[in-house]
Amino acid sequence: MLRALTVFPALDSPKWQGVASPYFIGVKAVGSTILTLVLFATYLGIGALAHDSGFSLGWALASTLFVWAGPAQIILISTLGTGGTVVQAAIAVTLSAIRLFPMVVSVLPMVRTRETPMRKLALPAHFVAVTMWIECSRMLPQVPRERRVAFTNGLGTGLVSVCLVATTLGYVLAANLPELLAAAILLLTPLAFLFSTARNSRQLVDRLALVLGLALFPLMAMLHTGVDILLSGVAAGTLAYGVHWWRRRA
Amino acid sequence: MSSFIGDWHALLILLLAGILPNEIWRVLGLVFGGGIDEGSELLVWVRATATAILAGVIAQILVFPPGVLASIPDLVRYGAVAAGFVAFIATRQSILAGVLCGEAVMLAGKWWLG
Repeated sequence: MLRALTVFPALDSPKWQGVASPYFIGVKAVGSTILTLVLFATYLGIGALAHDSGFSLGWALASTLFVWAGPAQIILISTLGTGGTVVQAAIAVTLSAIRLFPMVVSVLPMVRTRETPMRKLALPAHFVAVTMWIECSRMLPQVPRERRVAFTNGLGTGLVSVCLVATTLGYVLAANLPELLAAAILLLTPLAFLFSTARNSRQLVDRLALVLGLALFPLMAMLHTGVDILLSGVAAGTLAYGVHWWRRRA
Repeated sequence: MSSFIGDWHALLILLLAGILPNEIWRVLGLVFGGGIDEGSELLVWVRATATAILAGVIAQILVFPPGVLASIPDLVRYGAVAAGFVAFIATRQSILAGVLCGEAVMLAGKWWLG
């Protein structure tokens, strides 16, 4: 409801010619989605979290550029920041990142033509995360097929740039703001993630996983295993799947 | 410049614990994506587990708050999230409304209770 209408040139318009102009149409499309604002808030929070967990600004920016997945970055920063080992962090990150696999699998067929070589899809694949996945499904049908790689790269570059700015801003603000406002920035992360995950959870199994995951973590944390997030996540996810499986059979 | 980068050891950890375990799934999607059925039962489980892990991280930040977020009393943090969620539902799932309401309640609660 809050989404602005995106108006692209007609599919046969000369504005799509070449590589540069579809790229810049993609960059500009960043301004036409409310999700950009949500991402901005999330990355403000990630920048602040990185600061408060003792990481350098360069480290935080490198994580935004190369990891480019909010949940993975938060898991990484909070696991390492609370004394978790590299192996624990890597396992938690990779479990959270499995969801990128089906996203890439569903986005790339929209981006490519029959002739597109795989190396030209490497960058679009790197840009795939939940926001890109949603926006590509919405925007790509309005883009001529031969121009979609350039357009997707433009959209991805635009979103990453916005998030690099937000990471820097969050980091600097956390260092310089009064305590209350710095706390408000840190609270952006759980709020933005909770609501965007809730909105993406259309099916019962996903909603159940969200609720069970929230509820199981505090219980699991009492066991002090060091891998609480992993255990509660796998247990809650499997439980939710079990309910889904049982309901389908019944 | 050294304070911008910090120590190189931390960047190595970023590569090993953050970048590689995350990017591997994009690469696998790129290379082997063609043959996977999007609606397969395995992917339903994967999505549920990924959602639950993310939920655990959200809970961790709220229950064991990092940095200055710990200066906000427990009840104010939980109340802020609950109020934000009510606003999110009441506005037919506007993320922005939920976030703004949660933040407002946190600021008001902290100001009230000290």
